[in-house]
Amino acid sequence: MGCGTSSSMKDRKSENALKAALIIQNWYRGYSARLKARHRYALTIFQSIEYADEQGQLQLSNFFSFMLENYTHVREKDRELVTRLFGSSIQDNKDRQDYLGLIDVPDSYSGPRLQFPLTFTDIDLLIEAFKQQQILHAYYVLEVLFETKKVLQQMPNFTHTKTSPSKEITICGDLHGKLDDLFFIFYKNGLPSVSNPYVFNGDFVDRGKNSMEILMILFVSFLVYPNDLHLNRGNHEDFMMNMRYGFTKEILHKYKLHGKKILQILEDVYTWLPIGTIIDNEVLVIHGGISESTDLNLLYRIERNKMKSVLMPPIPLDGDHVREKKNKVGTTITAQGIRTDGSISEQLTKHEWEQVVDILWSDPRGKRGCYPNTSRGGGCYFGPDITSKILNKYQLKMLIRSHECKPEGYEICHDGKVITVFSASNYYEEGSNRGAYIRMSSGTTPRFFQYQITKATCLRPLYQRVNAIESSAIRMLKERMISRKTDLIRAFQLQDCNKTGKLSMGQWAFSMENILGLNLPWRSLSSHLVTTDKNGNIDYMSTFQDLHIQKPVKEVQSSLIETVYRYRSDLQIIFNIIDSDHSGLISMEEFRSMWKLFKSHYSVHIDDSQFDELAERMDLNKDGSIDFNEFLKAFYVVHKFDKLSKSDTKLA
Amino acid sequence: MADDRDREEIAVAEFHKKIKEAFEVFDHESNNTVDVREIGTIIRSLGCCPSEGDLHDLIAEIEEEEPTGYIRYEKFLPVMTEVLLERRYRPIPEDVLLRAFEVLDPAKRGFLTKEELIKYMTEEGEPFSQEEMEEMLSAAIDPESNSVHYKDYITMMVIDEN
Repeated sequence: MGCGTSSSMKDRKSENALKAALIIQNWYRGYSARLKARHRYALTIFQSIEYADEQGQLQLSNFFSFMLENYTHVREKDRELVTRLFGSSIQDNKDRQDYLGLIDVPDSYSGPRLQFPLTFTDIDLLIEAFKQQQILHAYYVLEVLFETKKVLQQMPNFTHTKTSPSKEITICGDLHGKLDDLFFIFYKNGLPSVSNPYVFNGDFVDRGKNSMEILMILFVSFLVYPNDLHLNRGNHEDFMMNMRYGFTKEILHKYKLHGKKILQILEDVYTWLPIGTIIDNEVLVIHGGISESTDLNLLYRIERNKMKSVLMPPIPLDGDHVREKKNKVGTTITAQGIRTDGSISEQLTKHEWEQVVDILWSDPRGKRGCYPNTSRGGGCYFGPDITSKILNKYQLKMLIRSHECKPEGYEICHDGKVITVFSASNYYEEGSNRGAYIRMSSGTTPRFFQYQITKATCLRPLYQRVNAIESSAIRMLKERMISRKTDLIRAFQLQDCNKTGKLSMGQWAFSMENILGLNLPWRSLSSHLVTTDKNGNIDYMSTFQDLHIQKPVKEVQSSLIETVYRYRSDLQIIFNIIDSDHSGLISMEEFRSMWKLFKSHYSVHIDDSQFDELAERMDLNKDGSIDFNEFLKAFYVVHKFDKLSKSDTKLA
Repeated sequence: MADDRDREEIAVAEFHKKIKEAFEVFDHESNNTVDVREIGTIIRSLGCCPSEGDLHDLIAEIEEEEPTGYIRYEKFLPVMTEVLLERRYRPIPEDVLLRAFEVLDPAKRGFLTKEELIKYMTEEGEPFSQEEMEEMLSAAIDPESNSVHYKDYITMMVIDEN
């Protein structure tokens, strides 16, 4: 056994081991990178669809304006409807007794009982109760809402607050009903108090299933520490958004008897939330962003409570005015005291309204300048030059905002001048993103704290988590696709001149982007959505192979089914508004006329007789009224490979 | 002749679109730049498997004269297009991967212990960071035996990607 032989064998062995290790590492890094990319793609899908929905929401608000212009008999016959949409806020304390006086808290109620005036023990009480999944009685909910409104009314549009080295402030972003995230923040960062101030930067509600509980904890904390717990209004603190994004449903479900009362008061409380907070005269904290014309002095002066819904632009309702000005949404009009029903309903001027919308809806981007925010349909995209200009104009140093979900819970941009903080972890799906909060005081750099809350007791391996998010995103995307099936097929066939049933990747991607209006990486996603042959060409009908919309009635055309399915959220909101007593029923006549209007505004080309047939065939109460929730529920997407027979399409 | 050129042009156009898509997903501010630390992920998501050394060289090619920490799309596109056209950094075939594991398991037990895997991955070749090691272990280790049954592991990963 000579030295030479054994060492050269050893060398070769270790050389082989080195090569093998390299191969495995190389392969693993490639695999891991592709997992991360798949995660990102899934988030992109979620986000595109979310913003497209918001755009849809804005279109709905245009529809209401359109409706009021053209649906004259609504204005005359149904004053209540008009008042509901554009009406005045309720009168103050007289109604409080009206509401509360009628509600009894039975002895059998085992949930938390709040004691007014509220103290920190009530905060603890609520947190403990909500941890046990108890529901706060409607009586207390209403009391909290009335009290909160009373205190908010005293506050200016922008709250000023100061920090010191011994008194840092914590800033939280969107919570969206994720109660576990709020619990975690309070656990790690401490409960709010005089020495532990907080700013909650809007979007407390919608999407998550504990919006009410979050709102109650925040409002109660605010009532106990009004100078140290600051609340900013977000674009979801808005009764119209709540109708689409789940909070209205949550309230009506948890409060079957008094839900309607709660909704009415809540609409009002929202309008009294401050627009923003200014820390140490240096840091502006607002929910969305700014535009090049943002005028803080104006925003200081406006009557913020006139902003009922950011989705209801000011519109003159007076008949004469309509004829005179030929109003279209988009014309400049000045504020009017408008008479409906003898009561005065006032609105902001269009300019004021736009200023608020910019604050609540805008997003920062790298491109210089200010552009309309086409994804969301409201507010704008603002570049680093806009940030500098506005911050300099008001001698501010930094802008902290929320409004956008970020994978790491926060993001810094515009040379450190803009920070986005988002506090709802796993917002789209389990594993989608972290949440974060900021601690800061004047003169020190902000510190970021991240977290990701999950119900699982241990983290699944990365590939399983990515798989889960990916399947969820793809499923959501496919449901969008099926709702445009007729239009997609037409677009495909237009390009398929030789009727081969196949298109190139480029042609397929073009149609998808065009028809769906979603800017997504179609080529990278194609493997999940269609079958490709060995030449790289796409069998475009395979786009629809895994799923179909359940047809509630066989005889009705697919295009109608698709249309109702696609617009079901909008229809539900419209119905909810017409159904002012929240009975779940509207008359057949109202249903038909609403559909006619809807059709013309959204340029939907469906025969009226088809629609009538559908409505009548669906085993509706033959007494001339429609249970619209049942009607809409009948339109759902069936996924071929589902184990359950019905897929769960979430209605607003 | 003209046909070949057309075909290549179409191929290049398609590559460009693919590269743009992958780039945009990581372009958070929508200003045609990405953080240099995400370039590796982008390149690998396009199906290439460069080693860390290869990546280092590529980045040197596409970085600015004075590195800013960001890579611009205009610099990335031509370099990446060539990589795709030349079919550089092809991915490792399954059988080569299997043989690599077998080299590290000369006794042919069919598995590597956790300690062995850690040792090879963090001491040999282009060593893993602690984060990479933990990530790999979480999916690869069979908790009962505390070892990696590499044949099953590979099969599982391959199925997941397809």
